[in-house]
Amino acid sequence: MAEPLDDYIDAVSKALALPVEEAWRPAVRANLEVSLRLARLVDEFALPDETEPAPIFTA
Amino acid sequence: MTAKPEMTAAEIASAVARRKMSALDATEAALARIKQHDGILNSFTDVTADRARAKARAIDADIAAGKGVGPLAGVPFAVKNLFDVAGLPTRAGSKINRDLAPARRDATLIERMEAAGAVLVGALNMGEYAYDFTGENVHDGPSRNPHDTTRMTGGSSGGSGSAVGGALVPIALGSDTNGSIRVPSSFCGIFGLKPTYGRLSRARSFPFVASLDHLGPFARSVTDLALAYDVMQGPDADDSACTTRGLEPTLPLIANPVSDLRVAIAGGYFQKNVFPEAVEAVGRVAKALGVSKVVDIPEAARARAAAYVITTTEGASLHLDRLRQRPNDFDPAVRDRLIAGAMVPAPMVDRAQKFRRWYRTQLAEIFKSVDVLLAPATPCTAPTLGQVNFNLDGVELPVRANIGIHTQPISFIGLPVVAVPVPLEPLPIGVQIIAAPWREDIALRVAYALEKMGVAAAPAPRGL
Repeated sequence: MAEPLDDYIDAVSKALALPVEEAWRPAVRANLEVSLRLARLVDEFALPDETEPAPIFTA
Repeated sequence: MTAKPEMTAAEIASAVARRKMSALDATEAALARIKQHDGILNSFTDVTADRARAKARAIDADIAAGKGVGPLAGVPFAVKNLFDVAGLPTRAGSKINRDLAPARRDATLIERMEAAGAVLVGALNMGEYAYDFTGENVHDGPSRNPHDTTRMTGGSSGGSGSAVGGALVPIALGSDTNGSIRVPSSFCGIFGLKPTYGRLSRARSFPFVASLDHLGPFARSVTDLALAYDVMQGPDADDSACTTRGLEPTLPLIANPVSDLRVAIAGGYFQKNVFPEAVEAVGRVAKALGVSKVVDIPEAARARAAAYVITTTEGASLHLDRLRQRPNDFDPAVRDRLIAGAMVPAPMVDRAQKFRRWYRTQLAEIFKSVDVLLAPATPCTAPTLGQVNFNLDGVELPVRANIGIHTQPISFIGLPVVAVPVPLEPLPIGVQIIAAPWREDIALRVAYALEKMGVAAAPAPRGL
């Protein structure tokens, strides 16, 4: 049975021209689940619209 | 005078400058020790013996001619193999980079160490592309812990930890993106300095995560750490993140009393997911400093999450072409993490960088009333090589994902940290001495006081 993230992995793999062999898929999926879980933790923290990102570009 | 493995860099430099020992003798002693023990430790990937002997002879010639020599005259040192060393391809722990042309010029920090008289003896093993906390490497084999060679050195500067912990060299250089200086320092029982972000030039070192990468020294004494740090300071147009601040020497300050410093224990997140040995180590340091105050650092778990997101996505961007063209030449574990990183939606990365600024403000507020924070460097002592999980309070947790949980929220905002080794039995473990930005002097001062009290010390290697 296809895992929920598999369609997403296929789509991004195609968009980025980044190969994901079948043998790697379970590990890629597991890593992506961790990355997205941690990204959601950051995402759910409300910040003011004016917040600047940390890196500063100097022209 | 014969060079002994337990000699510090300061002792070697003093003996060389006073003609009690030649730079060549000091260099030969290091080369002999590498030959004797590195078959087991596997800390070196390249030994630059010819270059080292030539440099040592040049120093001895200068001394014989009455010329002044630098504060590290004749001191052998080695660098993580992501530093450019002229004549070697900068492999950065990878198979792929071995195909690069040899570097034409040394990394800035090597040039500065050698300008101070230090002698480069080689390049050191590391986790592939620095995306590692274990010190294991599928291409070169694992670097091994000098206190128990069945155990991890910690990564990704594993060879640096092993070489200094094993007393093959008194000083090594490494890099720290999320903990890669502090973790091997902890597992190998040595001192490590991760300076403020931007303090030391990264020019001509192989990057990992540009917005989080730091370089710094490892040593067996705080004096040596300060010596190396001081000679490596200074602006560098070749690293766009390198500060233009003037030199701020720390060595003259480290012996100043610490009684006026406001020290606190990092609470909350930093007291969770720790083994008893980490609690014991922080407790010993706090007791020695007379500290009982605990300060909660807000949103540290989210800071660790944001550091993770920035790392995996910037790392993926850096390696995208190699992932497309040579995926089978990566360590599979590194490849699969990086591919996943390439698939994280862009707004998440932007939000992580915005959260980083918010979190920085929170810490700046804390540092108005505190000079130093204490926290574990690792949740445990060195795990066994190849170990996948550890059991904490009845819960099975993955080793790799949890080794750096206490270092990531600190490097995330570039704070300077000295990792000090607490010589517990049977294995040492590190404590982070964390200061406000640009206050390496304070972190080193506290580390020096702990060393003088005997609370922090680099134990003799017991696995050799």
